[in-house]
Amino acid sequence: MIFRLSAAVAAICMLSGTAFAQAAKPTDPQIAHIAYTAGQLDVTAAKQAIAKSKNKEVLSFAHDMVRDHEAVNKQALDLVKKLKVTPEDNDTSRALSKQAAAKQAELAKLNGAEFDKAYAANEAAYHKTVNGALETTLIPSASNPELKSLLQTGLKIFQGHQQHAEQVAGALK
Amino acid sequence: MSPGRYRFVFLIMAGAMNAVPAPAATIQVTIDQVAYAPVEIQAKVGDTIEWINKDIVAHTVTVRGDWDVMVLPNKSARLVVKKAGTFDYFCRFHPNMKGRMTVAPE
Repeated sequence: MIFRLSAAVAAICMLSGTAFAQAAKPTDPQIAHIAYTAGQLDVTAAKQAIAKSKNKEVLSFAHDMVRDHEAVNKQALDLVKKLKVTPEDNDTSRALSKQAAAKQAELAKLNGAEFDKAYAANEAAYHKTVNGALETTLIPSASNPELKSLLQTGLKIFQGHQQHAEQVAGALK
Repeated sequence: MSPGRYRFVFLIMAGAMNAVPAPAATIQVTIDQVAYAPVEIQAKVGDTIEWINKDIVAHTVTVRGDWDVMVLPNKSARLVVKKAGTFDYFCRFHPNMKGRMTVAPE
């Protein structure tokens, strides 16, 4: 019974593909790395959309993602420099990168409206996942108040992105 | 009647006719932590609204099909209100940001 339950939990984790399934509380250097990586991955995804899409709304959304995530990440880099914190690679960052690479390869095969729909749907889902992780794990675990504050600001910005992505995805259906 | 008395009468008449409109005001709205503050403002036609963005990202003040003002990070943008009505606005980049402006006729 215990075995079956844990197998079920493992299956759910695999299905939802969450990179945030790790149990241990992340440290500030790890949190900084995860937040920065999550932003960079979204910039990469946006650049793929800018190269592939012809849809005005999708292009405009992708440009917004590049601008906002680069602005937040610049702030994050300035902060870690100031705090003399070296971001530390970790399993969550690696899992996020791996999932993003797989999604990018999947999206690369799509074109036109198919690509637009898949990109927008993934942006909504990706922001939802990252926002959930910020709320439940990263923000509560952050010990430095300045890092916590930047993550909180980031969360509000990314919640905006999630809503925006949902609107774009909804309009493409 | 002395000239002074005439001036006094004139001033009273001008006041009674109420012909001089109140001077246009500038109303400031701060954008901080991905929110407009205050969320609701009252203005009248001819007033200037100034949005001051204290965030690290750009925002907009958008009324669909009406106006779209971009407010860059650490900058401000102004708009002179031209018509009366109630306007619900939002940020195109972060639609979780919402504000309302009620504009009275001049």
